[in-house]
Amino acid sequence: MRRTAAGLCLLAALVLLALAGPTLSPWAWDEIDFTAFGAPPSRRHWLGTTQNGRDVFAVTVHALRRSLLVGFGVAVLATLLAALVGTAAGYAGGWADRALMWAADLLIVLPPFLVVAVLAPRTDGGALALVAVLAALLWTSTARMVRALARTLREREYVRAARLGGVSAPRTVVRHVLPQLASLLAVDAGLNVGAAIIAESGLAHLGFGAPPPAVSLGTLIADAGAGVLAFPWRFGFPAALLILVAVAANLLADGLRDVLDPATR
Amino acid sequence: MAAFLARRTVRAALQAVLGASLVYLLAAAVLDPRAHLAGRVPRPPDAVLDARLAGLGLDPRVPPSARYRAWAAGVLRGDLGRTLDGRPVRAELLRRLGVSVRLVLPGALVGSVLGVLLGAWAAARRGRATDRAVSLLAYVLAAVPVFVLAVLVQIAAARFGDHTGVTVAWTGEAPGRPDHVRNLLLPTLVIALAQSAVVARYQRGLVLDVLNAGFVRAARAKGLRHRRALLRHALPPALIPMTAYVPQTAAALLLGGMFVERVFARHGLGEWLAQSVARGDVNAVAAVGCLVACAVPAAVLAADVLHGLLDPRARAA
Repeated sequence: MRRTAAGLCLLAALVLLALAGPTLSPWAWDEIDFTAFGAPPSRRHWLGTTQNGRDVFAVTVHALRRSLLVGFGVAVLATLLAALVGTAAGYAGGWADRALMWAADLLIVLPPFLVVAVLAPRTDGGALALVAVLAALLWTSTARMVRALARTLREREYVRAARLGGVSAPRTVVRHVLPQLASLLAVDAGLNVGAAIIAESGLAHLGFGAPPPAVSLGTLIADAGAGVLAFPWRFGFPAALLILVAVAANLLADGLRDVLDPATR
Repeated sequence: MAAFLARRTVRAALQAVLGASLVYLLAAAVLDPRAHLAGRVPRPPDAVLDARLAGLGLDPRVPPSARYRAWAAGVLRGDLGRTLDGRPVRAELLRRLGVSVRLVLPGALVGSVLGVLLGAWAAARRGRATDRAVSLLAYVLAAVPVFVLAVLVQIAAARFGDHTGVTVAWTGEAPGRPDHVRNLLLPTLVIALAQSAVVARYQRGLVLDVLNAGFVRAARAKGLRHRRALLRHALPPALIPMTAYVPQTAAALLLGGMFVERVFARHGLGEWLAQSVARGDVNAVAAVGCLVACAVPAAVLAADVLHGLLDPRARAA
């Protein structure tokens, strides 16, 4: 319970920062201060400036917006996809099950990173295309768990009763199977938020992210990493935010697992 | 056991073949090698470009299925084609692979052992200060992306050097054996730290599960010391699932290696892949994809077989 609350508070604070940050800062994220290139933190620039004179606070908060957007977008989409495929495979069984799980296996072999990297130049840094690609690659492990659970649920008495009572398959799934899966899906969506944000940042770090002037936490960290000993302020803030997002997502997911899992109650 | 082995091997081989084929088709469909060749100054005539692409097996006028057949036939003969600048892909792949393996393997081994020890230690002292400290450390460390961790380690090494006067923050590759080992110190440390955090969290849970099992309680009831009961009776069964888990982290390790390569300026597979994608070098990207598509099922297969040998219950699945 404490973990859920801590994760939730941390995540809320980060979202608040992303929303309110631009109005707090006296600088716009794409504004260039020609009097301060690579300047250390001061009252004029709270967290210093980048090599090209952009305000570190303003540009990082802007990057956080993109990262959160991608993270939540991917998590929602991937979890939906996993629920759909997992229940279909687990509930239907037979050849549908085998075909779907085979596809999931293949996606695991197909290195996700490679696929995104190859597709990245084509998506032109558009957040939507990136969300779609990342979601398409993150759903497989959740789908596997959903499938395993759906298989056991199918044999439960109340689900059998519904089936034998003539309730249609989609209706049975929605009314009797999905509610039992809700906890697993909630936990996984939480973990996927963190995973997606780190994946997006990692890609940006390797040069497959949004083309400049657009920024994400990964591009900021990559740009700052090379000169970190001389300009530590450029690295610290984006890196700290990225770690906080990941910790918050993990805390939330772990906490939810403890709350929702009947075995640990 | 033989049937189990055969089934798993066939599945892994099928996965590898399909994965590699998909990577090639994807790379061939999406990447644009012509743009890179045409970017030279002065711009070569179109006829020259066409001839060059055709020579590399990348002629866009040839249907993709035919290009794929030619590439696959080459791969079966052990020929991975040539890069955009005309060098054989195979030699470059092997060289880069050597760099990456020397970087990732020691780190992964050290990290796995460290993680198992830390996890078991934390579990043995459940609820006490040691457990809390180890668990918190592993939790935060697991949440830190590798590319941030690498820079943090660099900063720490530089600070250490400032205080003691001993230089430890080397990057890049150096010729000669002592220098070579020295330059591997920090990157190996990064990979070991990242791996140990993930392994420790998992191992702690496994040992906790086993500690409550009847046979460990029986050993304690017969008068065995806590430490001995833990080492002799609790740790071995808790290690079995670990043998299945560690190889499965192969893909994550390869990816982590890419970031470490970048931060520490090492010329491994990751760097090559990033450059090749940027250049539109289809054959090079396909070669790396081929390698990963074989390495991941092979690692999973190794884990499955090991698990099957150690734990008969796993063979049924």
